[in-house]
Amino acid sequence: MAQAEVSIKPTELQGGHGHPDKWKWYDYFTFNVDHKVIGIQYLVTSFLFYLVGGFMAVLMRTELATPDSDFLSPDLYNAFLTNHGTIMIFLWIVPAAIGGFGNYLIPLMIGARDMAFPKLNAIAFWLNPPAGALLAASFFFGGGAQAGWTSYPPLSEITANLPQTLWCAALVMVGTSSILGSVNFLVTIWKMRVPSMKWDQMPLFCWAMVATSILALFATPVLAAALILLIFDINFGTSFFKPDAGGNVVVYQHLFWFYSHPAVYLMILPIFGIMSEVIPVHARKPIFGYKAIAYSSLTICLVGLFVWVHHMFTSGTAPWMRIFFTISTLIVAVPTGVKIFSWVATLWGGKIRYTTAMLFAVGLLSMFVFGGLSGVTLGAAPFDIHVHDTYYVVGHFHYVLFGGSVFGIYSGIYHWFPKMTGRMLNEPLGKVHFVLTFIGTILTFTPMHSLGMQGMPRRVAMYDPQFADLNQLVTIGSYVLAVSVIPFYINVIWSWMAGKEAGPNPWNAMTMEWTTDSPPMIENWEVLPVLTHGPYEYGMDKADQVGPAGEPVATTRP
Amino acid sequence: MKQIPAPFWTLVLGIAVTLISLWVGQNHNLLPIQASEQAPLVDDLFDVMVTIGTALFIVVQGAIIYSMVRFRQRKGDETDGLPIEGNLPLEAFWTAIPSIIVVGLGLYSVVVFQEMGGFSPGGHHGHGTMVAMAPQQSVIDVAPLLAQVGEGESADVYSRTQVYGFGASPLMQLNQPDVTVNVTGMQYAWIFNYPDTGIIDGELHVPVGKDVQLLIEAKDVIHSFWVPQFRLKQDALPGEPAELRFVATREGTYPVVCAELCGAYHGGMRTQVIVHSPEEYADWVASRVAEASSTTAVAQTLASPTSAEYLAAIAPDLATSPVQIAQMNHAQMDHGLSGVSMDR
Repeated sequence: MAQAEVSIKPTELQGGHGHPDKWKWYDYFTFNVDHKVIGIQYLVTSFLFYLVGGFMAVLMRTELATPDSDFLSPDLYNAFLTNHGTIMIFLWIVPAAIGGFGNYLIPLMIGARDMAFPKLNAIAFWLNPPAGALLAASFFFGGGAQAGWTSYPPLSEITANLPQTLWCAALVMVGTSSILGSVNFLVTIWKMRVPSMKWDQMPLFCWAMVATSILALFATPVLAAALILLIFDINFGTSFFKPDAGGNVVVYQHLFWFYSHPAVYLMILPIFGIMSEVIPVHARKPIFGYKAIAYSSLTICLVGLFVWVHHMFTSGTAPWMRIFFTISTLIVAVPTGVKIFSWVATLWGGKIRYTTAMLFAVGLLSMFVFGGLSGVTLGAAPFDIHVHDTYYVVGHFHYVLFGGSVFGIYSGIYHWFPKMTGRMLNEPLGKVHFVLTFIGTILTFTPMHSLGMQGMPRRVAMYDPQFADLNQLVTIGSYVLAVSVIPFYINVIWSWMAGKEAGPNPWNAMTMEWTTDSPPMIENWEVLPVLTHGPYEYGMDKADQVGPAGEPVATTRP
Repeated sequence: MKQIPAPFWTLVLGIAVTLISLWVGQNHNLLPIQASEQAPLVDDLFDVMVTIGTALFIVVQGAIIYSMVRFRQRKGDETDGLPIEGNLPLEAFWTAIPSIIVVGLGLYSVVVFQEMGGFSPGGHHGHGTMVAMAPQQSVIDVAPLLAQVGEGESADVYSRTQVYGFGASPLMQLNQPDVTVNVTGMQYAWIFNYPDTGIIDGELHVPVGKDVQLLIEAKDVIHSFWVPQFRLKQDALPGEPAELRFVATREGTYPVVCAELCGAYHGGMRTQVIVHSPEEYADWVASRVAEASSTTAVAQTLASPTSAEYLAAIAPDLATSPVQIAQMNHAQMDHGLSGVSMDR
């Protein structure tokens, strides 16, 4: 397509290159190569899958309101717990954080007209809807995969074979999407920054995406290998993971976690990037410790590749491995702590705006401190052996994935929605959303830690009646969370249609995406911008300049 | 206020945070009672982590809340904050302190891990007398291998047998265990097989204060043997034997929980461990041996349970259910069970 070739040329925009002046609504349902269309496609689909995954969670919590299995059949419960995890990870957080924000923002932040490989980008997105369709199909052809999102053999090989195969195929597709996207991000950031932008002048979100992409490229192929071996075991009579035929069940766990531990960093590193963008803008202060934050992303990326066995401390794991991976896991706390402290220091001495974007960012900070500390306790093998596969773990990872990643996605939406749509979100409704989400998160996920330590394992549809009280509290919390999304979805739909006009730079921010229209024109700028200041120079003389100084920045279309 | 210098308030706050953290670390009451020798070791480690975590939590959350209040935008103030871009000594400080903490926690974890017996699973089974104790019923066929090697070659045994889990703690690794139990996980029950007496049960009975060795394996899918009050957990893996060795320190009845998703009724895969006084334990063994012959008779009448009976086996009274016994009998006869041996 013509626009693909034009869009990667860092030349001036010329008319008549095969795309209209403005996308119509139906262009968002086509194989479109514009990175902004693709970013919005990712975000909208992932927010739809978020509702599906959340619906499953509410049904599971309703089941768990009582100790007996009396609401869902146990098979359906297991299908929901499997697909809740799968959807929330692979079709909600990963596509929203990486695909959505990454695609939308990276070219705008570095002054490029599009991603390096626009068609590859579109292919990467269009692998996601069929993957979701496969998961949906798995419910109609055998009741859904039921072996957990980890799908450990032998259970995954003897339970619901057809749905399990469909599940594996779906994950291979989203994994492929992730690989394609990562290549695109790396090449784009490396090669397509405006010539005036040096590495240390990039917004920190770009650094986060570099780390994320490297991690995805190293780890994702290993998951694909594990899943394809699993497909072969289930359907074609091989015995890679069948112990009675010479296979080994622990090998799968290594392959799976070699991807799936880095996957948690895939889900949090872009969010850290969003944090580093949102906090300085709304605190009106330069980011504290730019280099420390940038390099700590890369450190997390590196160390994060060598911690996967901490998911297997109670499995077939040799003593030296338990020790090695205890130490490597604890080390992750250091670069993560550097980020947390840097953001807190950014708040310190600022002029903090109580915008919804900022509230979610600070809420994330608060949640992540707790989730990070419980993560350190889990890293120590002697304690992990007690709480592994219990509700303590469930509480921990929801604190970092819901209190972390989901809060970050919300924060990012409130921050960049004006850029994406040209309209402001409603702030009072946003604050209702924040308060409900904050209370719901604490109510839902805090008691889980106690349940786990007291003896409640995870992934159960029935449990010891002594745990009933706390479980009811958790169920109430989950209902609060379910209600909390209502004001958000109303807000987004209503504001998108009739919200207040945003203008190019409603937050008075300094990164490059705010130098163009809201929403940006196709190919982003009339004339490519020139970088005249760093991304976070608030409070300095230059701060009153909106957008790069001097010619030739067009903030309105002629 | 102006007369009192800032360092004074920092000191007061520091002392307050320290005291609160120490108190929380000792009084969180988050963990169940301790019933094994390993439990206090784990709990001490957790208490230390809670203490450090509480201090960090208070400091960071305090800084966040303070900033949100103190540095909020005032009405009409559209200016920016202070243009501070970093502070190298401060950044070095908050990199170094967590580094020191995690290195310390790492070393402490290694010490706890060693005292729990984490370095010696599979390697120290005494002098091979297990062969005599566990001739046919042994779930895990390590006995012949162990019989061939002496004490000095135990590491070699370890590498060949690949036994995982927790072995004898450093103080008692030269002793052979007082009681050995073969534990088999299957959908959805635990089977406890006492090779030296031939007892088979759906509940685990152990004497208090004795060195107990569990040899854990799964028959069908992965299960995980967990006694929260012992703070011990080990996956039961098909084809990959594992060991848990412990001394129960407190008489009582504690839950045995399956902690690894093993199918639709995973949540119902619960039984209990009864820690007896030595006299009670001896009585239990004697009574079970006496009734062993009648058990076999019952079991043979129920060789193929219906699914309803099968699910009934997960009921709390499973230990005395005839269905359960039939399963155990079935499990024992199943060639696959002992056929999964170490020398693959």
